[in-house]
Formats: sequence, C-alpha cells, structure tokens
Amino acid sequence: MATSQTKKTTGSRVEASVEIAVSARNISKNYGETEALKNLSLDFPRGQLTSLLGPSGCGKTTLLKIIGGLLSADSGEVEVGGQAVTGPGEDRAFVFQDFALLPWASVIRNVAFGLELRGVAKSERESIAEKYINDVGLAGFENSYPHELSGGMRQRVGLARALSVDAQVLLMDEPFSAVDEQTRRKFQEDLLSLVQNENKTFIFVTHSIEEAVYVSDQIAILLPRPSRVSEIIKPSGFRDKGPENIRRDPEYLDIVDKIWASLRSYVE
Amino acid sequence: MKVFGYQLPGMSSLILWGLLWEIVGRVGVTFFIPPLSEVFQTLFAIIGTPAFVKALSETAYAFSMGVFFAIVIGIPVGILMGKSRLLDELLLPWVNIFLSAPLTALVPVLMVLFGFGMKSIIITTSLFAIWIIILNSRAGVMQINRSLVDMANSFGASSWEAFTKIYFWAALPEILGGVRIGVIRAVKGVIIGQLLISIVGFGALFELYSANFMMTHFWAVLIVLFALAFTISEFLAYLESRVAYYAAKR
Repeated sequence: MATSQTKKTTGSRVEASVEIAVSARNISKNYGETEALKNLSLDFPRGQLTSLLGPSGCGKTTLLKIIGGLLSADSGEVEVGGQAVTGPGEDRAFVFQDFALLPWASVIRNVAFGLELRGVAKSERESIAEKYINDVGLAGFENSYPHELSGGMRQRVGLARALSVDAQVLLMDEPFSAVDEQTRRKFQEDLLSLVQNENKTFIFVTHSIEEAVYVSDQIAILLPRPSRVSEIIKPSGFRDKGPENIRRDPEYLDIVDKIWASLRSYVE
Repeated sequence: MKVFGYQLPGMSSLILWGLLWEIVGRVGVTFFIPPLSEVFQTLFAIIGTPAFVKALSETAYAFSMGVFFAIVIGIPVGILMGKSRLLDELLLPWVNIFLSAPLTALVPVLMVLFGFGMKSIIITTSLFAIWIIILNSRAGVMQINRSLVDMANSFGASSWEAFTKIYFWAALPEILGGVRIGVIRAVKGVIIGQLLISIVGFGALFELYSANFMMTHFWAVLIVLFALAFTISEFLAYLESRVAYYAAKR
C-alpha cells in the first residue's frame, strides 16, 4: 500500500494556520466496567474539518458528546477557544444522526429553536432562521412539519438549526448516515463548500471511510479496547481539485485503502 | 357499516338496539325495563326540573374539580417519575397498587378523613382518575427520543424549559390517552362517591328513583349520564387524534 503521500502532511492549507480551536487532553471515560475512552488526546485546528473515524464501540460519539458538554469526562479536559468545557455552551452546536427535530413544531420554529432556548426575541430569531432556511435550500417549507419532509430535508433543517446559533464549533454525529446514498453525496459536496465558506471548526463523526476521506482536512482513526487515537491522517493533495474529481484522485484511493487495511481486523 | 350498498351513518346500530329495547319494554317482560319511548318522554319531562338541574350542576362541579386535580397533579407526577429513576422506584409500586385496587372500598376511609361533603366526593373522583394519568404520562416520557433531550441540553435549556418545551409535548399523545381513560374512570368515581358518601347530585336521584321503583326516571338519568361520559370521551379522542400524527414519528 502506498502510504508515503499520507505521511508527509505538508499541505499548504494545513500548515498555514495551525491555530487550535478545540483540544482534548488525556480524556478518560468509563461506563461502569467498560472503558469507553482511555487517556485520549487530540487537537482540532480552527477552520478545518476533523473526522473521528473508527469501528463501532471505539468511543467516537462519546468523545463528541464530551466536547459538546453533554457528557463529562472522568478525567482529562477539553478546551474550546482556550476555555475549559464544563457543559454545553454557545460556542458549540450539534447536528444529530436522527435529526432531533421537534415533530410538533414547524420548520421555522425548529430552525429557530436553538435561538429560542438562548432567549432571542421571536421576530429576531425568525428572521435569522429565515436566512438559514434559504441557505440550506428549504425556502418555501417554513411552515411545513418534519413528518412532511424527506430524510434529507429533515437533516437540512437540523443543519440550519445548528448554523443559526452561529457557534464557532459544529459537532456532527454521523449526520448523513440516516439519509439515502444520493442525498448523502450531495450533502458531502455541500459540506465541503460549507467548510470553505464558513470560518468554523467542524468535528465530524462517521463510520464511512470514503466519507471521512472525502470531506476531511484531518482524519483521526480511533481504535477500541482500549479506545485511543491510533493515527492522524491529513489528506493534502486533492482538496483543491474540485468536489467531482476527489473520488478518482490516486491519493484519495490510497488513503481509503490504507484506512481499511488498518481497520479491517477490528470489524467482527 | 354498509347495508344493501348504502353507507349508513355512524352508530346506526344503536337504532337496532333501541328497537329491541322498545320491543322488550312493550312485551312487558319485567318492570325493570320500561319501553325506550317512555324513558325518553320522562327524560324530556325531568330535564328542566330544579331537582335535575341541581343534580347535574352538583355532579358537574364534583366531576370537573376531581378531574382537574387528577390532571394537574397526575401529569407532572407522571413526567417526574419518567425523568427520575429515584422517584420512579419510590412511587411506581403505589401507583400500580392503586390502579388495580377496588377504590370503592376506600371511600368509607375518605369519609372519616374528609367528612361527608363535597370534599370527599371530589377526592374520590380524583382517586379514580389519577393513577392511569400518572402511568401514561410516565410511559410517554420514558419513550422520549434521547437525542431530543441532548438537543435541548446542547442549546443550554434549563430543566424548566426542557420540561415545558420537550418532555410535555413529546409525551402529549400518551398523556391525552391517559386523561381520556382517567375521565371515563372519573365518571365512575363521581357517581360512586355521590352514592356512598352523601346522597347528593345524580347519586341522590338514582337512590330516590330506584328505591321507589321509578324505572323510567332511573333509565332517563342513566342515559343522560352515559351520553355525557361518551361525549367527553369522544371529544378527548378527537384531541388525541390531532396529536397522534407525530406519536409514531418521534
């Protein structure tokens, strides 16, 4: 397997701004007897997308929830923008695998719900929500209800809700795994331009190797028992070649193969 | 129901049963069953009388107060039980015991504790209705989608906001189902309370009519009561169907 390309992580974009937006230091977390995370450290560069990739049970969602402040680590600490995380905060927003929309609320109320919980006045939050509903391509569906939308459209609502609170860090928990394959490809392309255009830090949990390599500036491979970061891969050569050329780029294919080679022994 | 290709309106089968009643009444099998037509004549005759209006208003008052307390206590208790493991362990055995207990046997105790008046009737009504409301609210909260809770927390919801904006609405289909069954049980409670505790309201009328073998009057009051209970239950079923669309999609 040709691994030389991935070892030299000298892409201009990666090295130019190595400001760290989120850093996890020596995180450990146990569920009873089970060690979910053991002494895990990982840095997330600002303005980039970092994937957490690994077999199921490797603790990637646990790590995401600890960064989000939804779970507390048994030891170690997370810093976001230099501030230690003690709980959920306005600097982070979640996108959920199952969308987590309020089934009893219209699209606009769902998109504005984050702002509603942060105490923004109704007219203001609805005009902000309106903008992001347009941005994700759901104009005209403001007064629809989630059960009237397709899976892909529902996740656009979830994405608009996360964007509307204007958090610096977006935490995405397998956001595209519940939508169909074609919608997923479209989402992946949209995500690339989102990372380009919004100056936000994306932390992206996925179990799809192709997806991780396609969208990521940095891929952290997590391995279970005990959970740890086994490798960090920074694809550098194909990011600027346009979304339609990435999937046949030799470096893309090599990285996919290499990751599969290191993960296959962990798949039951 | 379709007969000879014609779609009959809902509840047409009642006409058939009404006819059967009428025939049995006319044949004179037993004085307990007077013809349905006579029952309705009596019904319209007594429906405006002061005794009837008084009975209706007393019953309505006891019923609505009883249901009110069952709902405002039952729903929060059920939601809290669904949220808190500790509270659930503490209260669930009692809720299950009272749900299946023959509450009529408790009424004499209530009389001793709360006297022979309206207070005891209201408490009896609440006791009949509240347990199923608690259990259903609890069940509604326990099946809540965890990621909705995570979502609210990630945006910094306070526990009060989580309660009013997530838990209550997520559990609403189950809550309304519980309220509907609770209300039906409350009808039982209010009549039993009136019969046993103090002879007031419809309880007094039942007692009066059946003691004097005034069967047409007896049936007339019973029909009014059944109709009221059925109407309330159907209204709640309608409310339930309004929110049921999202019950399957949480």
